[in-house]
Amino acid sequence: MIELIKGMFSFNFMVRAILVGVPVALCAALLGVSLVLKRYSMIGDGLSHFGFGVLSVAVALNLAPLAFSIPIMILAAFALLRIRESSKIKGDAATAIISTGSLAVGIMAISLSTGINADVYSYMFGSILAMSKGDVWLSLCLSSLVLILFIVCYNRIFAITFDEAFAQATGTRTNLYNFLIAISTAITIVLGMRMIGTLLISALIVFPALSAMRICKRFKNVVICAAVISVICLLSGLVISYALATPTGASIVVVNIIFFIAFSLAGFIKSRVN
Amino acid sequence: MALLSCRHVCFAYESSHVCENIDFEINEGDYLCIVGENGAGKSTLIKGLLGLKAPCSGKIIRSPELRGNEIGYLPQQTSTQSDFPAGVFEVVLSGCLNSLGPRPFYRKKDRDKALSSLEKLGILNLKDCCYRELSGGQQQRVLLARALCSTKKLLLLDEPFAGLDPLVTADLYSLIEHINRDMGISVIMVSHDIKGVVKYASHILHLKTVQIFFGKTEDYLKSDIGSRFLGGQADD
Repeated sequence: MIELIKGMFSFNFMVRAILVGVPVALCAALLGVSLVLKRYSMIGDGLSHFGFGVLSVAVALNLAPLAFSIPIMILAAFALLRIRESSKIKGDAATAIISTGSLAVGIMAISLSTGINADVYSYMFGSILAMSKGDVWLSLCLSSLVLILFIVCYNRIFAITFDEAFAQATGTRTNLYNFLIAISTAITIVLGMRMIGTLLISALIVFPALSAMRICKRFKNVVICAAVISVICLLSGLVISYALATPTGASIVVVNIIFFIAFSLAGFIKSRVN
Repeated sequence: MALLSCRHVCFAYESSHVCENIDFEINEGDYLCIVGENGAGKSTLIKGLLGLKAPCSGKIIRSPELRGNEIGYLPQQTSTQSDFPAGVFEVVLSGCLNSLGPRPFYRKKDRDKALSSLEKLGILNLKDCCYRELSGGQQQRVLLARALCSTKKLLLLDEPFAGLDPLVTADLYSLIEHINRDMGISVIMVSHDIKGVVKYASHILHLKTVQIFFGKTEDYLKSDIGSRFLGGQADD
Protein backbone atom coordinates (compact mmCIF):
# COMPACT_ATOMS: atom_id res chain seq x y z
CA MET A 1 0.00 0.00 0.00
CA ILE A 2 2.78 2.41 0.98
CA GLU A 3 4.73 1.40 -2.11
CA LEU A 4 1.66 2.16 -4.18
CA ILE A 5 1.24 5.62 -2.71
CA LYS A 6 4.94 6.33 -3.04
CA GLY A 7 4.70 5.32 -6.67
CA MET A 8 1.72 7.64 -7.14
CA PHE A 9 3.60 10.65 -5.89
CA SER A 10 6.53 9.98 -8.18
CA PHE A 11 4.34 11.02 -11.09
CA ASN A 12 3.92 14.73 -11.58
CA PHE A 13 0.45 14.30 -13.04
CA MET A 14 -0.72 12.60 -9.85
CA VAL A 15 0.59 15.43 -7.70
CA ARG A 16 -1.20 17.90 -9.95
CA ALA A 17 -4.38 15.84 -9.76
CA ILE A 18 -4.27 15.95 -5.96
CA LEU A 19 -3.51 19.68 -5.90
CA VAL A 20 -6.52 20.37 -8.10
CA GLY A 21 -8.76 17.67 -6.71
CA VAL A 22 -8.62 18.34 -2.98
CA PRO A 23 -9.68 22.02 -3.08
CA VAL A 24 -12.35 21.27 -5.69
CA ALA A 25 -13.72 18.45 -3.55
CA LEU A 26 -13.78 20.78 -0.54
CA CYS A 27 -15.63 23.55 -2.37
CA ALA A 28 -18.07 21.12 -3.95
CA ALA A 29 -18.94 19.60 -0.58
CA LEU A 30 -19.46 22.95 1.18
CA LEU A 31 -21.60 24.41 -1.57
CA GLY A 32 -23.35 21.08 -1.94
CA VAL A 33 -24.78 21.24 1.58
CA SER A 34 -26.54 24.49 0.79
CA LEU A 35 -27.58 23.44 -2.73
CA VAL A 36 -29.06 20.14 -1.59
CA LEU A 37 -30.97 21.72 1.29
CA LYS A 38 -32.28 24.53 -0.88
CA ARG A 39 -33.44 21.92 -3.44
CA TYR A 40 -31.03 23.42 -5.95
CA SER A 41 -29.03 20.28 -6.72
CA MET A 42 -30.42 20.26 -10.25
CA ILE A 43 -28.54 23.51 -10.88
CA GLY A 44 -25.29 21.65 -10.27
CA ASP A 45 -26.36 18.97 -12.70
CA GLY A 46 -27.47 21.47 -15.33
CA LEU A 47 -24.24 23.41 -15.02
CA SER A 48 -22.05 20.34 -15.39
CA HIS A 49 -23.78 19.27 -18.60
CA PHE A 50 -23.60 22.81 -19.84
CA GLY A 51 -19.88 22.61 -19.06
CA PHE A 52 -19.51 19.76 -21.53
CA GLY A 53 -20.99 21.90 -24.31
CA VAL A 54 -18.77 24.85 -23.47
CA LEU A 55 -15.65 22.71 -23.23
CA SER A 56 -16.31 21.05 -26.59
CA VAL A 57 -16.92 24.39 -28.28
CA ALA A 58 -13.74 25.79 -26.71
CA VAL A 59 -11.67 22.89 -28.05
CA ALA A 60 -13.34 23.04 -31.47
CA LEU A 61 -12.46 26.72 -31.72
CA ASN A 62 -8.97 26.14 -30.35
CA LEU A 63 -9.48 28.32 -27.28
CA ALA A 64 -8.00 27.84 -23.81
CA PRO A 65 -10.60 25.60 -22.12
CA LEU A 66 -10.61 27.04 -18.59
CA ALA A 67 -10.30 30.72 -19.46
CA PHE A 68 -13.12 30.35 -22.01
CA SER A 69 -15.43 28.24 -19.83
CA ILE A 70 -15.37 30.16 -16.57
CA PRO A 71 -17.10 33.38 -17.67
CA ILE A 72 -19.64 31.49 -19.77
CA MET A 73 -20.43 29.10 -16.94
CA ILE A 74 -20.95 32.03 -14.57
CA LEU A 75 -23.42 33.52 -17.03
CA ALA A 76 -25.18 30.16 -17.23
CA ALA A 77 -25.42 30.02 -13.43
CA PHE A 78 -27.08 33.45 -13.46
CA ALA A 79 -29.49 32.31 -16.14
CA LEU A 80 -30.44 29.12 -14.28
CA LEU A 81 -31.22 31.03 -11.10
CA ARG A 82 -33.23 33.63 -12.99
CA ILE A 83 -35.25 30.95 -14.74
CA ARG A 84 -36.07 29.39 -11.40
CA GLU A 85 -37.33 32.70 -10.09
CA SER A 86 -39.41 33.71 -13.09
CA SER A 87 -41.02 30.26 -13.09
CA LYS A 88 -42.56 30.56 -16.58
CA ILE A 89 -40.70 27.34 -17.32
CA LYS A 90 -40.36 25.30 -14.15
CA GLY A 91 -36.87 24.88 -12.75
CA ASP A 92 -36.47 21.17 -13.34
CA ALA A 93 -37.75 21.35 -16.91
CA ALA A 94 -35.48 24.30 -17.63
CA THR A 95 -32.50 22.39 -16.28
CA ALA A 96 -33.37 19.39 -18.44
CA ILE A 97 -33.55 21.60 -21.54
CA ILE A 98 -30.18 23.15 -20.80
CA SER A 99 -28.54 19.81 -19.92
CA THR A 100 -29.57 17.93 -23.03
CA GLY A 101 -29.31 20.97 -25.27
CA SER A 102 -25.72 21.72 -24.35
CA LEU A 103 -24.78 18.05 -24.59
CA ALA A 104 -26.10 18.01 -28.16
CA VAL A 105 -24.38 21.27 -29.09
CA GLY A 106 -21.11 19.99 -27.62
CA ILE A 107 -21.26 16.75 -29.57
CA MET A 108 -22.08 18.63 -32.79
CA ALA A 109 -19.12 20.95 -32.21
CA ILE A 110 -16.77 18.02 -31.73
CA SER A 111 -17.95 15.97 -34.68
CA LEU A 112 -17.71 18.96 -37.00
CA SER A 113 -14.14 19.76 -35.90
CA THR A 114 -12.04 16.84 -34.72
CA GLY A 115 -14.58 14.08 -34.82
CA ILE A 116 -15.62 11.91 -31.89
CA ASN A 117 -12.39 10.66 -30.35
CA ALA A 118 -10.63 9.94 -27.09
CA ASP A 119 -10.97 13.58 -26.03
CA VAL A 120 -14.75 13.32 -25.89
CA TYR A 121 -14.45 10.28 -23.70
CA SER A 122 -12.18 12.15 -21.31
CA TYR A 123 -14.51 15.18 -21.15
CA MET A 124 -17.39 12.99 -20.22
CA PHE A 125 -15.73 10.67 -17.75
CA GLY A 126 -12.69 12.63 -16.65
CA SER A 127 -9.00 12.13 -17.04
CA ILE A 128 -6.29 12.20 -14.45
CA LEU A 129 -3.84 13.46 -17.06
CA ALA A 130 -5.87 16.55 -17.90
CA MET A 131 -4.32 19.08 -15.55
CA SER A 132 -1.48 21.32 -16.77
CA LYS A 133 0.72 23.46 -14.51
CA GLY A 134 -1.27 26.59 -15.34
CA ASP A 135 -4.51 24.80 -14.51
CA VAL A 136 -3.13 23.89 -11.10
CA TRP A 137 -2.41 27.51 -10.22
CA LEU A 138 -5.70 28.79 -11.54
CA SER A 139 -7.55 26.07 -9.64
CA LEU A 140 -5.72 26.75 -6.40
CA CYS A 141 -6.43 30.49 -6.61
CA LEU A 142 -10.09 30.18 -7.55
CA SER A 143 -10.91 27.43 -5.10
CA SER A 144 -9.30 29.29 -2.22
CA LEU A 145 -11.41 32.28 -3.24
CA VAL A 146 -14.55 30.13 -3.10
CA LEU A 147 -13.51 28.69 0.27
CA ILE A 148 -12.85 32.11 1.79
CA LEU A 149 -16.13 33.40 0.43
CA PHE A 150 -17.95 30.46 1.96
CA ILE A 151 -16.37 30.92 5.37
CA VAL A 152 -16.97 34.68 5.43
CA CYS A 153 -20.59 34.28 4.34
CA TYR A 154 -21.19 31.15 6.40
CA ASN A 155 -23.76 32.68 8.77
CA ARG A 156 -25.67 34.31 5.93
CA ILE A 157 -25.59 31.13 3.91
CA PHE A 158 -27.05 29.25 6.86
CA ALA A 159 -29.80 31.84 7.25
CA ILE A 160 -30.88 31.84 3.60
CA THR A 161 -30.62 28.06 3.37
CA PHE A 162 -32.76 27.47 6.44
CA ASP A 163 -35.38 30.15 5.87
CA GLU A 164 -35.10 32.48 2.92
CA ALA A 165 -38.28 34.39 3.77
CA PHE A 166 -37.06 35.26 7.24
CA ALA A 167 -33.57 36.17 6.05
CA GLN A 168 -35.00 38.48 3.42
CA ALA A 169 -37.45 40.06 5.85
CA THR A 170 -34.70 40.87 8.32
CA GLY A 171 -32.62 42.60 5.68
CA THR A 172 -30.27 39.93 4.33
CA ARG A 173 -29.72 40.42 0.62
CA THR A 174 -30.80 36.93 -0.34
CA ASN A 175 -30.47 37.44 -4.09
CA LEU A 176 -26.86 38.50 -3.68
CA TYR A 177 -26.00 35.40 -1.67
CA ASN A 178 -27.93 33.12 -4.00
CA PHE A 179 -25.89 34.47 -6.88
CA LEU A 180 -22.66 34.07 -4.92
CA ILE A 181 -23.56 30.44 -4.31
CA ALA A 182 -24.44 29.90 -7.97
CA ILE A 183 -21.24 31.56 -9.20
CA SER A 184 -19.11 29.58 -6.76
CA THR A 185 -20.81 26.42 -7.94
CA ALA A 186 -20.10 27.31 -11.57
CA ILE A 187 -16.42 27.93 -10.81
CA THR A 188 -16.09 24.70 -8.81
CA ILE A 189 -17.68 22.69 -11.61
CA VAL A 190 -15.43 24.18 -14.28
CA LEU A 191 -12.32 23.48 -12.21
CA GLY A 192 -13.29 19.91 -11.48
CA MET A 193 -15.00 18.82 -14.66
CA ARG A 194 -11.98 17.84 -16.72
CA MET A 195 -10.57 15.67 -14.00
CA ILE A 196 -13.86 14.17 -12.76
CA GLY A 197 -15.76 14.36 -16.03
CA THR A 198 -18.70 16.56 -16.93
CA LEU A 199 -21.21 13.77 -16.46
CA LEU A 200 -20.01 12.94 -12.98
CA ILE A 201 -18.91 16.22 -11.39
CA SER A 202 -22.31 16.98 -9.89
CA ALA A 203 -21.97 13.80 -7.82
CA LEU A 204 -19.23 15.60 -5.87
CA ILE A 205 -21.77 18.26 -4.96
CA VAL A 206 -24.60 15.98 -3.95
CA PHE A 207 -23.08 12.87 -2.38
CA PRO A 208 -20.95 14.24 0.50
CA ALA A 209 -23.78 16.51 1.66
CA LEU A 210 -26.32 13.70 1.61
CA SER A 211 -23.96 11.29 3.38
CA ALA A 212 -23.22 13.83 6.11
CA MET A 213 -26.93 14.52 6.61
CA ARG A 214 -27.55 10.85 7.43
CA ILE A 215 -25.77 11.20 10.77
CA CYS A 216 -25.25 14.90 11.62
CA LYS A 217 -27.92 17.01 13.25
CA ARG A 218 -26.34 20.43 13.20
CA PHE A 219 -25.69 22.51 10.11
CA LYS A 220 -22.10 23.21 11.12
CA ASN A 221 -21.42 19.52 11.69
CA VAL A 222 -23.01 18.64 8.35
CA VAL A 223 -20.74 21.13 6.60
CA ILE A 224 -17.56 19.90 8.30
CA CYS A 225 -18.49 16.25 7.91
CA ALA A 226 -19.32 16.70 4.21
CA ALA A 227 -15.98 18.41 3.61
CA VAL A 228 -14.06 15.59 5.30
CA ILE A 229 -16.01 12.86 3.48
CA SER A 230 -15.49 14.60 0.17
CA VAL A 231 -11.71 14.84 0.55
CA ILE A 232 -11.38 11.25 1.76
CA CYS A 233 -13.47 10.00 -1.16
CA LEU A 234 -11.41 12.02 -3.62
CA LEU A 235 -8.10 10.70 -2.33
CA SER A 236 -9.22 7.08 -2.17
CA GLY A 237 -10.80 7.45 -5.60
CA LEU A 238 -7.48 8.69 -6.97
CA VAL A 239 -5.64 5.73 -5.45
CA ILE A 240 -8.14 3.31 -6.97
CA SER A 241 -7.96 5.05 -10.30
CA TYR A 242 -4.15 4.81 -10.23
CA ALA A 243 -4.01 1.23 -9.06
CA LEU A 244 -6.71 -0.22 -11.31
CA ALA A 245 -6.31 2.23 -14.23
CA THR A 246 -9.99 3.13 -14.03
CA PRO A 247 -11.37 6.58 -14.99
CA THR A 248 -10.79 9.06 -12.17
CA GLY A 249 -14.29 10.48 -11.93
CA ALA A 250 -16.04 7.14 -11.84
CA SER A 251 -13.64 5.82 -9.19
CA ILE A 252 -14.29 8.82 -6.95
CA VAL A 253 -18.04 8.60 -7.36
CA VAL A 254 -18.03 4.88 -6.57
CA VAL A 255 -16.22 5.59 -3.30
CA ASN A 256 -18.82 8.28 -2.60
CA ILE A 257 -21.60 5.76 -3.15
CA ILE A 258 -19.97 3.37 -0.68
CA PHE A 259 -19.72 6.17 1.89
CA PHE A 260 -23.34 7.12 1.31
CA ILE A 261 -24.53 3.58 1.91
CA ALA A 262 -22.35 3.23 5.00
CA PHE A 263 -23.60 6.52 6.46
CA SER A 264 -27.21 5.67 5.68
CA LEU A 265 -26.81 2.42 7.57
CA ALA A 266 -25.11 4.20 10.46
CA GLY A 267 -27.89 6.77 10.58
CA PHE A 268 -30.54 4.05 10.51
CA ILE A 269 -28.88 2.13 13.33
CA LYS A 270 -28.40 5.34 15.32
CA SER A 271 -32.09 6.24 15.07
CA ARG A 272 -33.07 2.71 16.10
CA VAL A 273 -30.81 2.76 19.13
CA ASN A 274 -32.17 6.08 20.40
CA MET B 1 -46.07 58.61 16.67
CA ALA B 2 -47.29 55.25 15.34
CA LEU B 3 -44.76 52.42 15.00
CA LEU B 4 -46.03 51.57 11.58
CA SER B 5 -48.76 53.13 9.52
CA CYS B 6 -50.32 52.43 6.15
CA ARG B 7 -51.89 55.27 4.22
CA HIS B 8 -54.22 54.30 1.35
CA VAL B 9 -51.95 51.42 0.37
CA CYS B 10 -52.65 49.24 -2.70
CA PHE B 11 -50.79 46.12 -3.80
CA ALA B 12 -50.91 44.54 -7.23
CA TYR B 13 -49.48 41.51 -9.00
CA GLU B 14 -49.10 42.04 -12.74
CA SER B 15 -51.74 44.75 -12.91
CA SER B 16 -54.45 42.91 -10.95
CA HIS B 17 -55.02 44.45 -7.54
CA VAL B 18 -54.87 42.01 -4.65
CA CYS B 19 -55.59 44.49 -1.91
CA GLU B 20 -56.74 48.06 -2.06
CA ASN B 21 -57.03 51.11 0.06
CA ILE B 22 -55.49 49.73 3.23
CA ASP B 23 -55.35 52.39 5.90
CA PHE B 24 -54.38 51.62 9.47
CA GLU B 25 -51.70 52.19 12.07
CA ILE B 26 -50.15 50.26 14.91
CA ASN B 27 -48.92 51.93 18.09
CA GLU B 28 -46.61 50.72 20.78
CA GLY B 29 -48.14 47.86 22.76
CA ASP B 30 -50.92 47.10 20.25
CA TYR B 31 -51.89 43.57 19.35
CA LEU B 32 -53.32 43.71 15.86
CA CYS B 33 -54.86 40.77 14.07
CA ILE B 34 -55.37 40.65 10.34
CA VAL B 35 -58.30 38.42 9.42
CA GLY B 36 -60.09 37.59 6.21
CA GLU B 37 -60.76 34.72 3.84
CA ASN B 38 -58.12 33.04 1.65
CA GLY B 39 -57.01 35.33 -1.14
CA ALA B 40 -58.06 38.45 0.76
CA GLY B 41 -54.55 39.85 0.44
CA LYS B 42 -53.27 39.12 3.94
CA SER B 43 -49.98 37.54 2.92
CA THR B 44 -49.35 40.29 0.41
CA LEU B 45 -49.92 42.92 3.07
CA ILE B 46 -47.43 41.15 5.36
CA LYS B 47 -44.85 41.21 2.56
CA GLY B 48 -45.51 44.89 2.13
CA LEU B 49 -45.12 45.62 5.84
CA LEU B 50 -41.79 43.78 5.83
CA GLY B 51 -40.62 45.86 2.90
CA LEU B 52 -40.41 42.87 0.55
CA LYS B 53 -43.06 44.17 -1.82
CA ALA B 54 -43.50 47.78 -2.81
CA PRO B 55 -47.07 49.12 -2.80
CA CYS B 56 -48.34 50.28 -6.20
CA SER B 57 -49.84 53.33 -4.55
CA GLY B 58 -50.09 54.80 -1.05
CA LYS B 59 -47.46 54.84 1.63
CA ILE B 60 -46.15 52.60 4.40
CA ILE B 61 -44.47 54.69 7.08
CA ARG B 62 -42.13 53.11 9.62
CA SER B 63 -41.15 54.99 12.74
CA PRO B 64 -37.41 55.65 13.21
CA GLU B 65 -37.30 52.95 15.89
CA LEU B 66 -37.99 50.31 13.26
CA ARG B 67 -35.11 51.29 11.01
CA GLY B 68 -32.60 48.68 10.03
CA ASN B 69 -35.21 45.99 9.55
CA GLU B 70 -35.90 45.74 13.25
CA ILE B 71 -39.03 43.69 12.75
CA GLY B 72 -39.23 40.19 14.15
CA TYR B 73 -40.90 37.87 11.66
CA LEU B 74 -42.40 34.43 12.05
CA PRO B 75 -42.99 33.11 8.52
CA GLN B 76 -45.28 30.25 7.61
CA GLN B 77 -43.43 26.97 7.95
CA THR B 78 -41.96 25.68 4.72
CA SER B 79 -41.60 22.05 3.71
CA THR B 80 -37.79 22.29 3.46
CA GLN B 81 -37.47 22.91 7.16
CA SER B 82 -39.02 19.62 8.17
CA ASP B 83 -35.88 17.65 7.29
CA PHE B 84 -33.31 20.38 7.78
CA PRO B 85 -30.34 19.40 9.92
CA ALA B 86 -29.98 22.40 12.23
CA GLY B 87 -29.43 22.86 15.93
CA VAL B 88 -31.92 24.97 17.86
CA PHE B 89 -29.22 27.41 18.92
CA GLU B 90 -28.03 27.82 15.32
CA VAL B 91 -31.57 28.70 14.26
CA VAL B 92 -32.18 31.19 17.07
CA LEU B 93 -28.80 32.82 16.58
CA SER B 94 -29.63 33.50 12.93
CA GLY B 95 -32.20 35.99 14.22
CA CYS B 96 -29.31 38.25 15.24
CA LEU B 97 -28.17 38.57 11.64
CA ASN B 98 -29.78 41.96 11.11
CA SER B 99 -27.73 43.54 13.90
CA LEU B 100 -24.41 42.26 12.51
CA GLY B 101 -24.03 44.91 9.83
CA PRO B 102 -21.07 44.08 7.60
CA ARG B 103 -19.43 41.83 10.22
CA PRO B 104 -19.19 38.22 9.06
CA PHE B 105 -19.44 36.45 12.44
CA TYR B 106 -21.55 36.63 15.59
CA ARG B 107 -20.22 38.24 18.76
CA LYS B 108 -20.57 37.23 22.39
CA LYS B 109 -23.35 39.81 22.65
CA ASP B 110 -25.36 38.02 19.96
CA ARG B 111 -24.93 34.63 21.60
CA ASP B 112 -26.14 36.11 24.89
CA LYS B 113 -29.15 37.62 23.16
CA ALA B 114 -30.02 34.26 21.62
CA LEU B 115 -29.71 32.55 25.00
CA SER B 116 -31.88 35.13 26.72
CA SER B 117 -34.65 34.87 24.16
CA LEU B 118 -34.61 31.09 24.57
CA GLU B 119 -34.95 31.67 28.28
CA LYS B 120 -37.78 34.18 27.90
CA LEU B 121 -39.79 31.61 25.96
CA GLY B 122 -38.99 28.85 28.46
CA ILE B 123 -37.14 26.61 26.01
CA LEU B 124 -33.56 26.97 27.22
CA ASN B 125 -33.58 23.20 27.74
CA LEU B 126 -34.02 22.70 23.96
CA LYS B 127 -30.86 24.66 23.16
CA ASP B 128 -28.83 21.64 22.08
CA CYS B 129 -31.65 19.77 20.36
CA CYS B 130 -31.98 19.14 16.68
CA TYR B 131 -34.64 21.38 15.15
CA ARG B 132 -36.24 18.74 12.92
CA GLU B 133 -36.78 16.36 15.84
CA LEU B 134 -38.94 18.83 17.79
CA SER B 135 -42.74 18.82 17.82
CA GLY B 136 -44.64 21.42 15.82
CA GLY B 137 -45.33 23.55 18.87
CA GLN B 138 -41.71 23.48 19.99
CA GLN B 139 -40.57 24.40 16.49
CA GLN B 140 -42.86 27.44 16.55
CA ARG B 141 -41.40 28.46 19.90
CA VAL B 142 -37.89 28.20 18.48
CA LEU B 143 -38.85 30.35 15.50
CA LEU B 144 -40.51 32.80 17.89
CA ALA B 145 -37.26 32.98 19.87
CA ARG B 146 -35.43 33.70 16.63
CA ALA B 147 -37.90 36.47 15.81
CA LEU B 148 -37.34 37.99 19.28
CA CYS B 149 -33.62 38.17 18.54
CA SER B 150 -34.25 40.46 15.60
CA THR B 151 -36.56 42.99 17.23
CA LYS B 152 -37.20 45.11 20.29
CA LYS B 153 -40.45 46.66 19.13
CA LEU B 154 -42.56 44.77 16.61
CA LEU B 155 -43.34 41.14 15.85
CA LEU B 156 -45.06 39.97 12.66
CA LEU B 157 -46.61 36.51 12.78
CA ASP B 158 -47.92 34.81 9.65
CA GLU B 159 -50.39 32.04 10.54
CA PRO B 160 -48.50 30.88 13.65
CA PHE B 161 -51.13 28.28 14.52
CA ALA B 162 -51.29 26.43 11.22
CA GLY B 163 -51.06 22.71 11.81
CA LEU B 164 -51.00 22.86 15.62
CA ASP B 165 -53.44 21.03 17.85
CA PRO B 166 -55.79 23.05 20.14
CA LEU B 167 -53.76 22.54 23.31
CA VAL B 168 -50.52 23.72 21.73
CA THR B 169 -52.39 26.59 20.09
CA ALA B 170 -53.65 27.77 23.47
CA ASP B 171 -50.10 27.57 24.82
CA LEU B 172 -48.77 29.63 21.95
CA TYR B 173 -51.54 32.22 22.43
CA SER B 174 -50.56 32.81 26.03
CA LEU B 175 -46.91 32.98 25.03
CA ILE B 176 -47.67 35.66 22.45
CA GLU B 177 -49.74 37.50 25.03
CA HIS B 178 -46.76 37.35 27.40
CA ILE B 179 -44.48 38.80 24.71
CA ASN B 180 -47.00 41.55 24.02
CA ARG B 181 -47.82 42.52 27.62
CA ASP B 182 -44.68 41.83 29.59
CA MET B 183 -42.00 42.58 27.03
CA GLY B 184 -43.84 45.51 25.51
CA ILE B 185 -43.50 44.26 21.96
CA SER B 186 -46.27 45.13 19.52
CA VAL B 187 -47.72 42.22 17.59
CA ILE B 188 -49.22 41.98 14.12
CA MET B 189 -50.65 38.57 13.41
CA VAL B 190 -52.39 36.94 10.47
CA SER B 191 -54.69 34.15 11.56
CA HIS B 192 -57.66 32.07 10.48
CA ASP B 193 -58.61 31.34 14.05
CA ILE B 194 -61.14 34.18 14.44
CA LYS B 195 -62.49 32.98 17.79
CA GLY B 196 -59.08 32.96 19.45
CA VAL B 197 -58.14 36.20 17.81
CA VAL B 198 -61.01 38.25 19.26
CA LYS B 199 -60.13 36.96 22.73
CA TYR B 200 -56.55 38.23 22.68
CA ALA B 201 -56.13 40.98 20.10
CA SER B 202 -56.59 44.65 20.90
CA HIS B 203 -57.26 45.63 17.28
CA ILE B 204 -58.68 43.88 14.23
CA LEU B 205 -58.06 44.53 10.56
CA HIS B 206 -60.51 42.70 8.32
CA LEU B 207 -59.58 42.40 4.66
CA LYS B 208 -61.62 41.29 1.70
CA THR B 209 -59.42 42.60 -1.09
CA VAL B 210 -60.44 46.00 0.23
CA GLN B 211 -60.22 46.91 3.88
CA ILE B 212 -63.65 46.35 5.38
CA PHE B 213 -62.87 46.96 9.04
CA PHE B 214 -60.15 48.45 11.17
CA GLY B 215 -60.54 49.32 14.82
CA LYS B 216 -60.68 48.06 18.38
CA THR B 217 -61.74 44.47 18.98
CA GLU B 218 -64.80 45.55 21.06
CA ASP B 219 -66.07 47.64 18.17
CA TYR B 220 -65.43 44.78 15.75
CA LEU B 221 -67.56 42.43 17.84
CA LYS B 222 -70.41 44.94 17.78
CA SER B 223 -70.08 45.67 14.06
CA ASP B 224 -72.14 43.93 11.37
CA ILE B 225 -69.12 42.49 9.61
CA GLY B 226 -67.65 41.18 12.82
CA SER B 227 -70.72 39.40 14.07
CA ARG B 228 -71.41 37.93 10.63
CA PHE B 229 -67.83 36.67 10.26
CA LEU B 230 -67.83 35.21 13.74
CA GLY B 231 -71.25 33.68 13.22
CA GLY B 232 -70.23 32.25 9.86
CA GLN B 233 -67.23 30.61 11.43
CA ALA B 234 -69.40 29.04 14.11
CA ASP B 235 -71.50 27.27 11.47
CA ASP B 236 -68.46 25.49 10.03
